[in-house]
Amino acid sequence: MILITRVFVIGLLASMFSVAQAAGLTIEITKGSQTAVPIAIVPFAQQGSIGNVKLSDVISADLGGSGFFKTLAEDDMLTKPSEPERVNFKDWQVLGQDYMAIGQVVGNGGSYNIQFHLFNVRNGQLLMGYRLTAGANELRRAAHHISDLIYEKLTGRKGAFNTRIAYVTRAARGNGKQYMLQVADADGYNPRTIAESPEPIMAPAWSPDGSKIAYVSFHTKRSEIWVQTLASGQRESVSSYPGINGAPAFSPDGSRLAITLSKDGSPDVYVLGLANRSLTRLTSGMSIDTEPTWSPDGSTIVFTSDQGGKPQLYSMPASGGRASRLTFQGDYNARGRFSADGRSLAMVTGNGGGYRIAVMDMASRTVNVLSEGNLDESPSFAPNGSMILFASNRGGRSALSVASTDGAMQQKLAFESGEVREPAWAP
Amino acid sequence: MRFNKTYLALAMTAILITTGCSSTEEEGGLADSTQGTDASTTSGYNDGSMSGSQFGSGNGLASGSGANLGPEFSDPNNPLSKQVIYFEIDSSQVKQDYVSVVAAHARYLASHPNQRVILAGHADERGSSEYNIALGEQRSKSVERMMRSQGVTGSQLEVVSYGEEKPVSSGHDESAWSQNRRVEVGYQ
Repeated sequence: MILITRVFVIGLLASMFSVAQAAGLTIEITKGSQTAVPIAIVPFAQQGSIGNVKLSDVISADLGGSGFFKTLAEDDMLTKPSEPERVNFKDWQVLGQDYMAIGQVVGNGGSYNIQFHLFNVRNGQLLMGYRLTAGANELRRAAHHISDLIYEKLTGRKGAFNTRIAYVTRAARGNGKQYMLQVADADGYNPRTIAESPEPIMAPAWSPDGSKIAYVSFHTKRSEIWVQTLASGQRESVSSYPGINGAPAFSPDGSRLAITLSKDGSPDVYVLGLANRSLTRLTSGMSIDTEPTWSPDGSTIVFTSDQGGKPQLYSMPASGGRASRLTFQGDYNARGRFSADGRSLAMVTGNGGGYRIAVMDMASRTVNVLSEGNLDESPSFAPNGSMILFASNRGGRSALSVASTDGAMQQKLAFESGEVREPAWAP
Repeated sequence: MRFNKTYLALAMTAILITTGCSSTEEEGGLADSTQGTDASTTSGYNDGSMSGSQFGSGNGLASGSGANLGPEFSDPNNPLSKQVIYFEIDSSQVKQDYVSVVAAHARYLASHPNQRVILAGHADERGSSEYNIALGEQRSKSVERMMRSQGVTGSQLEVVSYGEEKPVSSGHDESAWSQNRRVEVGYQ
């Protein structure tokens, strides 16, 4: 079994190094922003063996996909300088560019020396220059790092390109299905399978330090919550009560999991201490109470409840107490997830049969629907709050989608085979 | 000249960056994050996070109808031949059409006290996955309650919900969804 997986992974890696389309993944910008800032990422000059990772393509895809930038196609460039002295800013002013980056990469036996410069095209000012080294197979990571640097310099906000996502794939295998929990770069590259089973795997949730993932596995034909350490692959079952063991969410200090259990009747929200497995019940009653999530300050838990008849989001103190209803628009509001600053709450909202991703501003309680599908699910914020990752399904094709939090831009990471579900952006 | 000075300062920053990169590797990175495509590092991949990632399928409960069931279960005129109970959207109430089916299974189980069944609840794909797990469980518990009220003992019944995770129809329209909102009665 491991042998098959290994071959599969090698196949993926080998193909993705050629062309994005040839890999198991295609990235498509489905909605572009009108107000994006024009920037040209000039192909980096190459010396020595570089392999097939083209840094400028990775950086352009990152920045273009953020919704904040509009990148210039390589074919439209009049010149392709790689040294500051060779840049003629008039060439780029003519093309309507505001900013440009140039660079060089030198491969020397498995490691790489990279330097790049970022300029303001209008006045020719050097905004930034960096030299960095990357180890073997770290070129994409280095490119994402450069994207972060450019993004932060020009927007004043931290980038989130050098981050990871987790998701579950479901594909036919033999007479049944194979469920795989995978971790990949935020742009969908470098997928690694961290758990797989012929029975469902669900609800991956990152620990606050990004070192562990909690998830639900049905491999014993019952639901159980597992916590797996990524570096070692070591995992342990932390909850296997009768009935539902579901919807794990780490507390901001990483010491507890909010979970859903139905051992006492209907599904209720509990808090599980990871050190001593202590259990505190937060909700009760006949209703469905599930999908807990913590506010980033740890004071509040938001959860889905049908206590009012339809599923809506409710908020309560993490130490227990009265729940108050948060959402009032639409028949269906579920699975809340906070942004890292706690100011926004993403959710699945249903109205007239379609299920889309919406964001609530916690201060004003206004709700903005930002996705356009009918079967959108499982939103989570990028660590910098600028983007939301979610699962979508259009025309029977399952995909991960990324939307800017203001809804202006959307792109899709489509997988060639099987279904991809329940994405979670790492902190 | 001004440029050169800037460059020097930036080169120093770059050292920080480089250190930052490698410490990211140690702290947050996957053990296999530096894997290559050649055979030697790929084996390193398997020594790392891949080891033990495969959940076996042999240590769970038996699935499907492992029991030796009589001919009445395959007679299409007998309600016992129906082992799937379907539900309306967002509802866990057993529909009138299926009350007699549940009752037939309850009668059989009440008269075969050693026979066990798993009631597996399912939902359609719409809405969030964990809410659908809850909905699937409510459906299987509705069936369980009806069976208990007709004399089936608790030890004969086990309830599990798979939510939207195991659709029988992979379509994305009402005809598929209506097939997927169900409780399967699995004789053990």
